[in-house]
Amino acid sequence: MSILVDESTRVICQGFTGKQGTFHSEQALAYGTRLVGGVTPGKGGQTHLGLPVFDTVADAVRETGATASMIYVPAPFAADSILEAAAAGIEVIACITEGIPVIDMLKVKAVLAQDYPDACLIGPNCPGLITPDGCKIGIMPGAIHQKGRVGIVSRSGTLTYEAVAQTTAAGLGQSTCVGIGGDPVGGLDFIDCLSRFADDPQTELVLMVGEIGGGAEEAAAEFIRQGYPKPVVAYIAGATAPAGKRMGHAGAVIAGGKGTAAAKCEALRAAGVHVVGSPAELGVTAARVLENRSEGMSAS
Amino acid sequence: MNLHEYQAKSLLSEVGIDVPPNLLLKQASAKQVATALPSSETGRWVVKAQVHSGARGKAGGVRLVASGDEVVEAADALIGTRLVTGQTGPAGLPVDAVLVEPAAKIEHEYYLAVTVDRALQRVVMIGSPQGGMDIEAVAASHPEAIFRAVVNPTVGLAAYQARDLAFALGLEGPQVKAFVGLALKLYRAFVERDAALIEINPLARVEGGDLAVVDAKVSLDDNAGYRQADWWQQRDVAQEDPAERKAIDHGLNYVSLDGNIACMVNGAGLAMATMDLIQHAGGMPANFLDVGGGTSAAKVTEAFKLILENPRVEAILVNIFGGIVRCDLIAEGILEAAREVALDVPTVVRLAGTNAEQGRRMLAESGLALTAEDDLAAAAGRAVELANKSREAAR
Repeated sequence: MSILVDESTRVICQGFTGKQGTFHSEQALAYGTRLVGGVTPGKGGQTHLGLPVFDTVADAVRETGATASMIYVPAPFAADSILEAAAAGIEVIACITEGIPVIDMLKVKAVLAQDYPDACLIGPNCPGLITPDGCKIGIMPGAIHQKGRVGIVSRSGTLTYEAVAQTTAAGLGQSTCVGIGGDPVGGLDFIDCLSRFADDPQTELVLMVGEIGGGAEEAAAEFIRQGYPKPVVAYIAGATAPAGKRMGHAGAVIAGGKGTAAAKCEALRAAGVHVVGSPAELGVTAARVLENRSEGMSAS
Repeated sequence: MNLHEYQAKSLLSEVGIDVPPNLLLKQASAKQVATALPSSETGRWVVKAQVHSGARGKAGGVRLVASGDEVVEAADALIGTRLVTGQTGPAGLPVDAVLVEPAAKIEHEYYLAVTVDRALQRVVMIGSPQGGMDIEAVAASHPEAIFRAVVNPTVGLAAYQARDLAFALGLEGPQVKAFVGLALKLYRAFVERDAALIEINPLARVEGGDLAVVDAKVSLDDNAGYRQADWWQQRDVAQEDPAERKAIDHGLNYVSLDGNIACMVNGAGLAMATMDLIQHAGGMPANFLDVGGGTSAAKVTEAFKLILENPRVEAILVNIFGGIVRCDLIAEGILEAAREVALDVPTVVRLAGTNAEQGRRMLAESGLALTAEDDLAAAAGRAVELANKSREAAR
């Protein structure tokens, strides 16, 4: 099992024939993702990478039965692409695009909530999601992943790869890894992913990678505190970041004394989360927690 | 991107919000003051330094004067100086212009702002009857004095929400209608101009009962620059950190910090994590630097140049997790850069992921003084150690 996507998920790519779309579609195919086609308005009827190109997402869904989409459309048009995917009935919409104006995302969020409550948006400004050995939708390097026991949810890209590599090296592997993105307004959040991991039998532990800015980690801590069935290991990036400065991600800024790493770590610790102070300790901590847990179980 | 007060007021005036008459001076010109100084009913004017910072008043950046001559005097005293406020750091910010406005007789100060509430994922309008001071301090001491209207983007700010705020602020009579008009226009400005924050503080009730926009602050969404080109052309780069400005020109993401160990990383999250690791190992990061996902040899070279311009840097930690980017290409960039900039600061390179082995071999065989580490924590520890050594050697 896994969350959101698996080896049977039919995936399309929006922005299919562009440079990014082409490169990452090739990578997805090489990984074994069931990519069934793509969308580029005006190029419907053509073939690209041996797959059909459609003018609209609705056409693609009708012809291929796709339920997931990865979006590599440039920022000025990406919000529209998300809405098009939702309107066509796509369930998992991974928007990789960085730099979408916040006002556009606020409108998208409101429309999704009102008209397409079943659509799961991942991102924007995210690496995407991957279920190892099943389905890679995004820009992450497939080779570092290994099918396994840890669910990963992260606001970052390369820092997620770090967590992945460590859990692979520790022999734990991953059930599904979701990069929820670094923008202040986006789709799935920590709580959405934690809920899904809670219900997934393959996931034995959740690894949460947060960063400064906003209150999503604090909200997740409160959610976990109310009773979460699986152990959670967390790292919050940006303990050394100064207030008021945007650290690369649009959402990574400490504003008005809120959103510090210290406050987030404290909230998570109080909720019983294993918070690591160094990102180098994610893998070993996850391994130790799982080991202690299985020992505790065999003892009882 | 932040706007100056005079730009913010011009943006507000574009959507039909009344702002006080003003005169922008880029030099202390007696002629300009003589011909264009707006008349003042109080016989007094305020001369305000235009810098990207709040708390200007306490720092001496706002002067109250009583004649045209004094306007010129105050302008002369401010323009060309650097204003150090509680928010700027010790170097302060350059004052290249002052804004002159007639001083109003203020009876009461309110706070009014529009921003995005991240938890709600909605635009919110925030009002308080306790304006004129730091709103975070009000929120901490008198949370009951902060009122919010949460906006549904499909309908925008509703008139009833603006009325609710007006009554909550204690406005009466014709002020309510004036406030509602102002609030609706303010929301429109926020959306149409892709703002991240618009703050009117204070919004004043002046003698006679009118509402006046006394000070205004606007930040625009960095992601929307492509469709707000007219405002982006007016960006005042003199108010920005020179290194950060240069980084933007090269497609790098750089933030200056106070420490002595520079870092160069691909990805914002990993860059923050690398800073944390440096501190964990007993050092202090000199900067945040994200070279981005699709980085090139040229970008890496520019990044090294940027880092080396900081005289405090005693060691460099390069941390690359090769995903789509191959580590051998990064290594090539590092070698090219090291030769071009005559890299003389101890440098630790940690390469992981795609083709890391190959990249490490290239660095080892280069004959350059680069220390390769594969372990994340070990790399940070080594950088701190080398920085300490180079400091001792300098003594």
